[in-house]
Amino acid sequence: MQVENGQFKPTIVAFCCNWCSYAGADLAGTGRMQYPAEVKIIRVPCSCRVNPMFILRAFQRGADGVILCGCHPGDCHYTTGNYYARRRMTMLFDFLDYLGIEKERTRVEWVSAAEGARFASVMNDFVKKVTELGPNKRITDLRCKPEKEGE
Amino acid sequence: MQKVVDIMKKRALQLLEQGTVNRVLGWKNGDFTYDQTPAVFNSKEEVNELVYNDFSAANLSKYLIAETKKEGKILAFLKPCDTYSFNQLIKEHRINRENVYVIGVECQGKVDVEKVRALGAKGVTGVEVDGETVTAHTLYGDKTFTKESVLMEKCLACKGKTHMAYDELIIVNPVEDKKNDRFKQVEELENMTPDERFAFWQGQLSKCIRCNACRNVCPACSCLKCVFDNPNSGVASKAVPDTFEEQLFHVIRAFHVAGRCTDCGECSRVCPQNIPLHLLNRKFIKDINKFYGEYQAGADTETRAPLTNFTKEDVEPSVISDKGGKA
Repeated sequence: MQVENGQFKPTIVAFCCNWCSYAGADLAGTGRMQYPAEVKIIRVPCSCRVNPMFILRAFQRGADGVILCGCHPGDCHYTTGNYYARRRMTMLFDFLDYLGIEKERTRVEWVSAAEGARFASVMNDFVKKVTELGPNKRITDLRCKPEKEGE
Repeated sequence: MQKVVDIMKKRALQLLEQGTVNRVLGWKNGDFTYDQTPAVFNSKEEVNELVYNDFSAANLSKYLIAETKKEGKILAFLKPCDTYSFNQLIKEHRINRENVYVIGVECQGKVDVEKVRALGAKGVTGVEVDGETVTAHTLYGDKTFTKESVLMEKCLACKGKTHMAYDELIIVNPVEDKKNDRFKQVEELENMTPDERFAFWQGQLSKCIRCNACRNVCPACSCLKCVFDNPNSGVASKAVPDTFEEQLFHVIRAFHVAGRCTDCGECSRVCPQNIPLHLLNRKFIKDINKFYGEYQAGADTETRAPLTNFTKEDVEPSVISDKGGKA
């Protein structure tokens, strides 16, 4: 979480698969499409590389929202990776919601390498939603917070 | 119940005599009759200490992981709900089925001594279940309760009285399955607002003292090397600075057993802080049933667990954010 001029700027962690979504983000960049700088991309070999603990760790270390992007189902570079990721993340996100972590903070989107524009619009939308929601206070480790908020 | 124990002892002695098995896994009394402990009996003399009654709640299947690696066959007494865990462990190749002789024993639901005490019975020396009434013998005379009021939490959500795996059965008093809605509490939580849910779980999970009892007793938590045992993580060696760590401990643990948890309820039973941990696991079971079709872990030894499987038509994770409910 950052605060600029008294305005809340969320920290968003985006896990992007190497083969589709990362290339999609690249295309958004080369196409000069705007998406918020709050989105921090972490490149992973496949969406199913993302262990549920990565997501929890991101929240712990101060993320306000976590989004996982992978190839469209059926298009996985490793044939079936995203099918497993899909089940896993459905389970995890519903479980986090059950514990009271707002379901708007987590998201899975399928973005192909050709969908630069979609990548930008997904990120714009997600950042907007999380900004509305405000800072994540629930599963953040307080020790990872800046000492004085608002500075 | 006394009759059942007599048959159990007789069969144990016979099997030891025949040489079919060389030791017996069962329950024996702790300091009191109500704090029974799982035990391995190595000789015919030791078998005399075997007990089985309405306090014998411990699930013995997990002990078979270590025991079936040893020389010779072991005799194990399993209750209906233990056999689910037994099957699940066979599926995961943790138990060597050849090295165990399973006798399924009847179960009428186990009594929670804490509940008996809370209802005003002091100095409990034993209980007797007779149909729907429970008589508690105490130092100060007998007290009767309804069965419903003193049953263990896990027995209130009983999966049924049918054994899923056995070599032979000992059933003297057959009990009929009672219908129960085990997802009722989960639904109640789901209908709360996220704020209320968070407050509820923070209240519950902040009681955690990280004793690891839930992990150690869980038949699904049988990794030789556990993620929580990582010496570099520092979690084991320091006081918990805030509630955050416990929350994540339980989230990670619940996720690790998702799709493999048989809902045996041991986690909640052993929790010294009475955290309703079964509600975490049950949420996963409910979701799996809802999204991927009815599945009972441990009902058989063949099918693939839902989280190691997929279909091309699975629901999208967006169903979570679109599902509505109170924001």
